Amino acid sequence: MQDIIKVGMADLKVVKSPHILTTLGLGSCVGIAVYDLNNQIAGLAHIMLPDSTQIKNNANKAKFADTAMEVLLEELKKQGANDRKLTAKIAGGAQMFALDNKSDMMKIGARNAQATKKILNDYKIPLLAEDTGGNFGRTIEVYPDTGILLVKAIGKGKTEL
Amino acid sequence: MNLSVNDLNSMHLDVLKEIGNIGAGNAATSLAVMIQKKVDMQVPVVKILDVQDVPMVLGGEENIVAGIYFGMTGEIEGNIMVLLDMPSARKLTNFMMGGLSETSCEDDLSQLNDMEKSALQEIGNILSGSYVSSLASLTNLRVELTTPSLCVDMAGAILSVPAIQFGTISDCVLMIENTLFDGHQEMKANFFLIPDENSFDVLLQSLGVSG
Repeated sequence: MQDIIKVGMADLKVVKSPHILTTLGLGSCVGIAVYDLNNQIAGLAHIMLPDSTQIKNNANKAKFADTAMEVLLEELKKQGANDRKLTAKIAGGAQMFALDNKSDMMKIGARNAQATKKILNDYKIPLLAEDTGGNFGRTIEVYPDTGILLVKAIGKGKTEL
Repeated sequence: MNLSVNDLNSMHLDVLKEIGNIGAGNAATSLAVMIQKKVDMQVPVVKILDVQDVPMVLGGEENIVAGIYFGMTGEIEGNIMVLLDMPSARKLTNFMMGGLSETSCEDDLSQLNDMEKSALQEIGNILSGSYVSSLASLTNLRVELTTPSLCVDMAGAILSVPAIQFGTISDCVLMIENTLFDGHQEMKANFFLIPDENSFDVLLQSLGVSG
């Protein structure tokens, strides 16, 4: 039986094949999928902000790119993943609204994507594919057996990464 | 002292509800003038929701909704978002355009033409303008709105914007739910008031309910 495990906003989960992970309606948040294909284990973090050290209210580790990655890697290892064989795919980081003001907050999607890439690089996890930016929402599905990241957007159909 | 949404007590909520009430009253009046119909409203409901739960209130993360987003500048800085479900957005645009809205087909609610988009932005203007003017008059603070930005997409994606902005100070968002009636049809408009971290204190202080 295949379960579809839902990952909410500021949340992260790890599953083994045949189960899959999904997160619905990603906007400016970024979905970070990390795979160990040999062991068919994958994890998904749905982060909202780039950096926990900039924010006072940082108790929820899954909310930030930096701390979410730490916890995600721990969870992957606990489930038996080999941390030297990990690969990643990311999606999200859109700018849903276009306002003229130069507020940093409006560019949060791009900053989330950028921070995520930097952290993957720091951990030496290869980023195999990404679908980031734009001004639209995305629903994603993570398949631990094939390493596929399925991206769905309104009016744009499905894309396999 | 820094207050966050989590620290709001029932008195704070009453004040915010009152702003919502006056704002919705003004909004209903302006809408009625615009569409030349009688518009009634219910007492607004102020909700403090966990970010995880907000999309459920709006029919799930993948439900398509229309968000109209404004920047607030002046003595209170931040953002305000008006969120309409598609049936409500459709009814309101139809009223505004005197029934001339083209894409009235119920099964293709996400496709809006430019006229309809512009009508929706105008509706957002009326609703949020009424809120902000009631906020300004109750607090004696100067608040201005930027021009609106419209986005029709999945509820989860649209809500990520206020959720992230609240996310820097809290894990909850403040939502004011309004129900409008034109006599036989019901329309729902949700407001998200998103003051910047410092403006939240300014707002509560000027209302005399700080701490």
